[in-house]
Amino acid sequence: MKSWFRVLYVLLIALGAAVAAIGMGAIVLAILGKDPLAVYTVILTEPLRDMFGLTEIAVRMTPLILVALGIAISFRSGILNIGAEGQIQMGVIAAAATAIFLPGLPKGLAMPLSLLAGTVAGALWAGIAGWLRARLKVSELLSTVMLNYIAAQLYGFLLRGPMIDPAELQVGSGTPQSVRLPRGAWIDRIIPGTRLHYGLVIALVAAVLVYILLWRTRWGYEMRAAGAEPKAARYGGIAVESCLIGAMVLAGAFAGLAGAVEVTGVHRRAIEGISSGYGFSGIVVALFGGLHPAGIVPSAFFFGLLLIGADMTQRIMTVPANMVLVLQGAVILSIISAKVLIADKYLFERFARSLSRRVAKRETGEHAT
Amino acid sequence: MKQEQIRELRTIGITKRFPGILACDSIDIDVGEHEILAIVGENGAGKTTLMNMLMGLYQPDEGKILINGRETRFRTPVDAYAAGIGMVHQHFMLVPSMTVAENVLLGMRTYQKFLRLDMAGVKRRIEEISSRYGLPVQPDAYIWQLSVGEQQRVELVKTLCLGARFLILDEPTSALTPQETDELIALLKRMSSDMSIIFISHKLAEVTALSDRVAILRQGRVVYRGSTSEKSIAQLAALMTGHEVNLPRNEGLDSCEEPVLAIDELRVRSDRGFWALDGFSLTTCKGEIVGLAGVAGNGQRELADALSGLRHVDAGSIRFLGREIANLSPRQIIEAGLGYVPEDRTTEGIVPAFSVQDNLVLKDVRAARFSRGPFLKLDAIKRNAEDLRERYDIRCASLAVPAGSLSGGNIQKVILAREIARKPAALVAVYPTRGLDLGAVEFIHARLLELKSQGTSVLLISEELDELLDLSDRIAVIYKGRILDILPAHQATRQKLGLLMAGIREVA
Repeated sequence: MKSWFRVLYVLLIALGAAVAAIGMGAIVLAILGKDPLAVYTVILTEPLRDMFGLTEIAVRMTPLILVALGIAISFRSGILNIGAEGQIQMGVIAAAATAIFLPGLPKGLAMPLSLLAGTVAGALWAGIAGWLRARLKVSELLSTVMLNYIAAQLYGFLLRGPMIDPAELQVGSGTPQSVRLPRGAWIDRIIPGTRLHYGLVIALVAAVLVYILLWRTRWGYEMRAAGAEPKAARYGGIAVESCLIGAMVLAGAFAGLAGAVEVTGVHRRAIEGISSGYGFSGIVVALFGGLHPAGIVPSAFFFGLLLIGADMTQRIMTVPANMVLVLQGAVILSIISAKVLIADKYLFERFARSLSRRVAKRETGEHAT
Repeated sequence: MKQEQIRELRTIGITKRFPGILACDSIDIDVGEHEILAIVGENGAGKTTLMNMLMGLYQPDEGKILINGRETRFRTPVDAYAAGIGMVHQHFMLVPSMTVAENVLLGMRTYQKFLRLDMAGVKRRIEEISSRYGLPVQPDAYIWQLSVGEQQRVELVKTLCLGARFLILDEPTSALTPQETDELIALLKRMSSDMSIIFISHKLAEVTALSDRVAILRQGRVVYRGSTSEKSIAQLAALMTGHEVNLPRNEGLDSCEEPVLAIDELRVRSDRGFWALDGFSLTTCKGEIVGLAGVAGNGQRELADALSGLRHVDAGSIRFLGREIANLSPRQIIEAGLGYVPEDRTTEGIVPAFSVQDNLVLKDVRAARFSRGPFLKLDAIKRNAEDLRERYDIRCASLAVPAGSLSGGNIQKVILAREIARKPAALVAVYPTRGLDLGAVEFIHARLLELKSQGTSVLLISEELDELLDLSDRIAVIYKGRILDILPAHQATRQKLGLLMAGIREVA
């Protein structure tokens, strides 16, 4: 009796949150003088019309899934990784450098090595924040955000200096980008003529592995316990500090892998802006997906759709593509508010009471007539 | 502000339903002028729901509340206060970093002027109230500086300052020492010459000492209403629980043959940096229950933390089965065979968001029984939980529900099941029955005695003198981080222990 009531309550709040997110976006669109309904229709349906749209969604999904998986691990373990953006860049640089400086290797070796290098670089970068939190109690929110700035500067410096494509210097255009990676390091395309690459398969396999890690192994058990209630975890003999570091390293590894996959699968050279906000969107994807791999994959599809749809609205309806950032913000606000409301037992009681009163009133009313 | 005196408060057929449960079923109670009514019942009997309706937090579905014979409706607590009803909650509602006067001011709108707080006025009011009822408080003291008993007085003064002429006290003695309890009972008796009081408790000795009449609630119904003096404590207990209650007693009188836990000159700091344990020494033996009596805050928490490796030991030694365990990691101490039932059962003893079955293996996920390599053996975890649920009578809708959603008694059974199933050589149990109803207390006491009979050494840290006297072989009293005295249980009495807990050592 009480449990279905609770389900109803949660569903109502979720519905309210969705309406609120859509409504916030609609207000901004109305201010821009656009018809919200038409814009939403374009965003949500246009990318699904042809192969190009669908494959591009999948291309966006890949880094979103990988980053979100790492975010899910870290959030579940009680450490908040806001630094995926920087970790992606470190992953891109390490993967690109490995591929460029080992040009002769066969494909079976070069590609895995590049991906591994990117993963390790992201892991180490995040590990700094994890270590600072575990040993010195430095808030990971501050350290990861600050590390983002350092990573961005380092990335810019390397692309403008040591790693710049010599051709750019000769021509004199000076675009900050590396040389094209040797073919051996490329992730192949699944459908020729599109940008869809096998990185998507890596991401989907990773989702299964993360599920197994978190819910089927004792490591996952201990990390989730450390995140859910560190006091009880410590009491239970779990080394909470090690869990924090481990979770942060894993989160960074996934972000680094996302960067490595992006550079070897899509752009095939390190360019500026390659992370294109995936580090932050990944947080939204993870939260929207309930911090669970089974939710993250569809959630990544949805946000991939939003990204492509927003690009298309820019072309078709001249709505700035940055509109998608507004929607992301609205979604975060709605999810977080909904979580607070769902967790508020007092509110639930009040809702239950007012509803039972109303039902009782109707019943007595029926008796009266 | 002078209002009509409350000569009589009566409820007629008060009924309150929540989805799926009938919390209060046609309850009639009445309190006359200068009368003390005790409301007694186990957890979930409907006491709190009933009080929340008297305080305007809930609206009754049926029935009415009459004050001096007139029907009254309280839509919010403000209405109840305006009518002169004041409540002191079980958990104090005080801001620790503010002074007594500031805390009182928080609820008093009349002293909060635009951009100005009438501090002097509040202090005058506090002094007026405290001299009228003999409730000494210092308006300028900070709450965090006060003992629990003093904080309780502040709560009373606060409620009275708001104009309460009818008091509701929800389990007011649950955090008090025996002496403080006696003082409170004397104080409430004095105050009853001026007002009526509803006293909610499940400590039947206090109910008998204080109240004129008693109403016993069980499963939302009043099962007994009448004069307190007509029933014995045992009769009241039987009415409250619905069956005869026989709290088990420790019958054995063992001599110490084999020390299990030998604590010597332990020095441990509190969170605030002072010496919480300052030369603490105590030895427990195989098959012995050692009770540690003391007022909360004399180092019990720090002792339990230090024993289980959760707090740094600055000096001294802890020998467990002959091996030094001071400053080992919690994991090493768990593996050495020390069980621990922590004080904070909802956030330390369990991971509240984890399922019951996951919580039952909190300390053992690494054991070969429950994991192969890194992989959990989900079947074994489930079977373990089914087995323990059966043996420990853990009541839960399913083993997959979050442990935090269980009642306090069932959470404690989960913790106890896990700790006992690990077959500990010694068990440290901190306030294991605090806030639990009699049925759960009976069950937990029986389990602790069973452990003793199996040769486990139990260190029972408690404030409940009856619990200590019933279960212990020896009772040690902790005061300011040291053992003040150790008495064999058969020589210990409530009076002796009460004095020792207050730091007074009899001159022999």
